[in-house]
Amino acid sequence: MALDKNGIAKRIAQELRDGYYVNLGIGIPTLVANYVPPGMQIILQSENGLLGIGPFPAKNEIDPDLINAGKQTITALPGAAFFDSSMSFAMIRGGHIDLTVLGAFEVSETGDIASWKIPGKLVKGMGGAMDLVASARNIIVAMMHTNPQGESKLLKKCTLPLTGVGVVKKIVSDLAVLDVTPQGFKLLERAPGVSVEDILNATEGNLIIEGDIPEMLI
Amino acid sequence: MNKVVQNAIEAIRGIESQMTLMLGGFGLCGIPENCIAALAATDITGLTCISNNAGIDGFGLGMLLRRHQIEKMISSYVGENKEFERQLLSRELEVELIPQGTLAERIRAGGAGIPAFYVPAGYGTEVAEGKPVRQFGDKMYLEEQWLKADFSIVKAWKGDTNGNLIYRYVANNFNHAMAMAGKITIAEVEELVPVGALEPNHIHTPGVFVQRIFQGQNYEKRIEFATTRD
Repeated sequence: MALDKNGIAKRIAQELRDGYYVNLGIGIPTLVANYVPPGMQIILQSENGLLGIGPFPAKNEIDPDLINAGKQTITALPGAAFFDSSMSFAMIRGGHIDLTVLGAFEVSETGDIASWKIPGKLVKGMGGAMDLVASARNIIVAMMHTNPQGESKLLKKCTLPLTGVGVVKKIVSDLAVLDVTPQGFKLLERAPGVSVEDILNATEGNLIIEGDIPEMLI
Repeated sequence: MNKVVQNAIEAIRGIESQMTLMLGGFGLCGIPENCIAALAATDITGLTCISNNAGIDGFGLGMLLRRHQIEKMISSYVGENKEFERQLLSRELEVELIPQGTLAERIRAGGAGIPAFYVPAGYGTEVAEGKPVRQFGDKMYLEEQWLKADFSIVKAWKGDTNGNLIYRYVANNFNHAMAMAGKITIAEVEELVPVGALEPNHIHTPGVFVQRIFQGQNYEKRIEFATTRD
């Protein structure tokens, strides 16, 4: 069975390592924070100026000066740090953030990503996505393998305006875990009950299948 | 030295139609509410506003949009605002979208006297159109240029009469860099204190960048998405 959003987040959480500084995008990536393995310390960055994001506040703790990049109210953990936007993106651009997790409309077999603009629809802007994808040392894309019409979102070439070129390293979709390699999408794991053929049918870009492909351990 | 002005009306004196303004804030967090309200009470039009976002309908920069005082927005993300969308689709409003980190650094560079620099963000995308590119090591970078403003309007938590500023939590965001990049920088603060009352080790923005300061009043500090765990 294909994974739901929480399943994707759970699988991505297995990529975390103790001491990682991590930036989580809006949507599925945000859910990854719910599955940090017990005993592991992960420091979450919010690009509007916080290292050390805590849980959402209790009702009586809400503070308008304490929001995340999605403009939701949050808390800051003990040991947190606040800073201005140019400092925040110095952390990102300077390669000091260990892992970025973000969503995408499309990814190409060469690691291009389209995530900010759909022609004909209203454009809201790229926010920090272009800065994040261009600079993070490691980028995992959390996405659905196909769109609601069943068309592949893992393509030979992106059709939508790009957010970054050749930047995606790994994809965790509802069907599979894949690395982006110079030869194309390398299939690493299948979602429980999903066959290699299912994944092949849902992938337009070049899919590399070597040996037995194990099921994810969720 | 007298940087202290009595209120927002006095603070925005000299701002004229067709000028370029920088306005601090991320969403509605850390926006200069008093000065925006004062601008919305004037007939100033044709403004170019550099601000990460464009407020919401009827609040923040939405107040200036509603009165058609803004000709161009330079921002990274402009959702959450119906009047903005309407003016954009009807071409009453021009928008330049810039990656958020590049926007912050262009502003910082404007204040720091650095006319151009290279960043990887946007390489190979439509953001790169018309910009020089250069390879450093095995990676491609875009040349980006500084941004400056006729007036920068920022909001801080505490300030002293010398213009030294301290921000609260993530209400700093774009305020610090913008304070550096204005020909004239106006700071509105929740608490204005005498010289000596702020601990010098705790200053975020040194007073040299600030020309006018006043104690604001009646801060609404609206929340866009109140999210709780209970």
